[in-house]
Amino acid sequence: MTLSAIIEAFVGQTGGLISALHAVQRERGFLPEETEAVAAKAFNLTRAEVKGVISFYHDFTREPKGKTVVKLCAAEACQAAGGRDFIAAVEKRFALKVGQTSASKDMTLEPVYCLGLCSCAPAAMVGERLVGMADADKIAAAVERHSKERG
Amino acid sequence: MTALRLFLPLDSIAVSLGADDVVDALKFEAAKRKYDLTIVRTGSRGMHWLEPLLEIERSGSRVGYANVAESDAAALLDAIAGDGDHEKFVGPVEEIPFFKNQTRLIFARCGITDPVSAGDYAQHGGFAGLDKALAMDGGAVCEEVMQSGLRGRGGAGFPAGIKWKTVAGAKADQKYIVVNADEGDSGTFADRMIMEGDPFTLIEGMIIAGVAVGATQGYIYLRSEYPVAAQVLNEALSNARKAGVLGANVRGSGKAFDISVFMGAGAYICGEETSLLNSLEGKRGEVRAKPPLPALEGLFGKPTLVHNVISLCSVPAILAKGAAFYRDYGIGKSTGTMPFQLAGNIKHGGLYETAFGITLGELVNDIGGGPFTDRPVRAAQIGGPLGAYLPPRLFGLKMDYETMLANGAGVGHGGIVVFDDSVDLLEQARYAFEFCVEESCGKCTPCRVGSVRGVETVDRIKTGVDREKNLKVLGDLCELMVDGSLCAMGGMTPIPVQSALKHFPEDFGVKPARQAAE
Repeated sequence: MTLSAIIEAFVGQTGGLISALHAVQRERGFLPEETEAVAAKAFNLTRAEVKGVISFYHDFTREPKGKTVVKLCAAEACQAAGGRDFIAAVEKRFALKVGQTSASKDMTLEPVYCLGLCSCAPAAMVGERLVGMADADKIAAAVERHSKERG
Repeated sequence: MTALRLFLPLDSIAVSLGADDVVDALKFEAAKRKYDLTIVRTGSRGMHWLEPLLEIERSGSRVGYANVAESDAAALLDAIAGDGDHEKFVGPVEEIPFFKNQTRLIFARCGITDPVSAGDYAQHGGFAGLDKALAMDGGAVCEEVMQSGLRGRGGAGFPAGIKWKTVAGAKADQKYIVVNADEGDSGTFADRMIMEGDPFTLIEGMIIAGVAVGATQGYIYLRSEYPVAAQVLNEALSNARKAGVLGANVRGSGKAFDISVFMGAGAYICGEETSLLNSLEGKRGEVRAKPPLPALEGLFGKPTLVHNVISLCSVPAILAKGAAFYRDYGIGKSTGTMPFQLAGNIKHGGLYETAFGITLGELVNDIGGGPFTDRPVRAAQIGGPLGAYLPPRLFGLKMDYETMLANGAGVGHGGIVVFDDSVDLLEQARYAFEFCVEESCGKCTPCRVGSVRGVETVDRIKTGVDREKNLKVLGDLCELMVDGSLCAMGGMTPIPVQSALKHFPEDFGVKPARQAAE
C-alpha cells in the first residue's frame, strides 16, 4: 500500500491525523521522511503542523526500530517492586541501554511509563506480549520466542 | 462426552502471567481427551496475586484454581473432570476474604460475565439504569447524579452533577461525551480492568450521560499502552450496535447515541482534559487555558462532558438503585465506592472496591498484606505520579477527598503504590521532576523549565553542594510551579517532591524535625 493510500483512509475522521500516523507506523514500522508531506497534503495542514504532531507523541518514531521492541516500565509501581534493578539486569543481559537499538537491528530497548500491570510489577512488553512479575530471564525467554515467531 | 465450561480472565494481568498459554494448553489437552471444552474469557476478579485464576461452576458457585500455568493443563483437566482436587484449588472464589469484604457497585460483574456479551450483561442486572434514564427527562437524570454526590474519579474530585448540568444547559447543535481512558498514572489500573472486564458498564454510563445532557456522540480516548482494552472495547461496541444498545434507536427509545474508540499515542499529558481534547482533534496534546471550560467549549468548540472511566461507570448503579442508595456509601462529601488499586511492593496486589472512609493502613497492611519482600513499609504513594508519599505513621488517615487534601495528599484515581524500607525518597523526588521533564507538554514555562531545574536542584542536594541554599531553591521552585503552571502536571509535580522532603527529610540529608511538630 502506498503512503498516501494508508493516510487518505483517515481523512475526515475525528483525530484522523493521529490514527493515520499509527497506521503508517503499523505498516512500515516507523514514519518515513515523506510521511510529513503526504499527510500535510491529505489533511490540508502545513508540514510544520504535521511535524509538530509527530514530534509530540512518544509512540511516533522516524527511525526504524529493532525487530523486537522491548518496553520496560520505568514508573513508580515498578520501581517499588525492584524495577530499577530489573532494568539494569536486562540492560546487562543484552548489553544494551534503554533507548538504544542493537547494531544488528534485532532489538530495541525502550522505557514505558506504565502498562497498568502495577499489581504484578515489574512489568514489560516484548513485541505485543505483556510480561508481568518480570525478570531478566523472563524477558530473555520472551525475546527468543518473539524472534522465532517473527521468523 | 465430557463437557467442561471454564472461566479464565482475558485481563492484561492474567495475560501477562501466561493466561493465553494456559488456554492453548487446555485446548490441546482437552482435544487429546475428546472433551467438549468451552473457555469463557472473563475480566479479572482483581485478586492479582492469584492470577491466572481459572474458575469453574460447582453447585451454583464458582470455585477456582490459582496461579495456573501451561504445565498444569493436563492435571487440571483430569482434576476438574474428576473430584476437582488439585494442589492449586482455592475453593469458592467469592468466599476469599479479599473479595468477600468488598462492596462492588462498579465492578459487580467484572470476572463473572463474558465482557463482550450484551446478553450476559443484561442477565446480570445490566441496562437497568439506562432503561430508567431513557424513561426520564434529561434534567431529572442530571439531578439524580447531582443528588448522588458523585465526584470525578480521575483525580480532581469535581462534583459530577454540576458538570452534567452545565453541559445540559449549554445550547449547541452538537454536544459530546468524551471518556478520559488515558489512565497513565503508575499504580492505577481500574479503568483498564473495567474496560477489559465489563466494558458495557462504561457504555451504559456513557449513554446515560448522553441522554442526560443531549449528546449523541461519545468518544473513548484510550491510551495506546492498553491493546487488550482496545480489542475488548471494539468488540463490545460492535455487539452493542447489533443488540440495539447503540445507534439511532437506543433500546427502542427513539434516542440516538454512538461511541468510537480513539487511540492515543503515548503522552501522559493527554490525561489532562484539555490536552486530551486537542489530541482527539488530531493535534499536539498541548494544554488549553481555562476558561472556556470544556463543558461549554470542548471538543471542536462544542459543549463536551469529559469524564474519567470510573466516574461514568459509577452512573449505571446510581440510576438503577437511586441517588439515596448510592449516597449511603462513603463518608461526608465523599460518597459512593472507590476501586482502590494496590500496587508496587505488596503481597496481595489488585483491585479493592469499597466505600470511601477505609483507612490507608487497612488497605496497605490488612488487605494488601504489606510488602512482598517481607520488609517494613516505609512509604506509600497515593494517587499516581503527582500524588504524595506518606509514611506509615499517617496510615490511620481515612481515604476520602477531604482527609487526604487536609494532609497535603489526594485520593487521585485511587492508586496506592507501596514501598519497603529500601526506598530512597530523594530518588523518588528526583524521578517526579524527571517524569515531568519527559511528559510536560511544553506550553507553560513553570512546568517545562521548572522540572529541568528541579532535577538539577535535587542532584545538587544529593551531592551535598550548598545543601541549605538548594533546599531553599527547591522550595521556591515548587511554590512557583504550583502557582504558575497552567495545569495539574506542573501544578502537582511538587506534591510528591514536597511530601518526600517533609516526611522523609533524612533522605535529603536534613535532620528530621521533631515529629510532634507535625
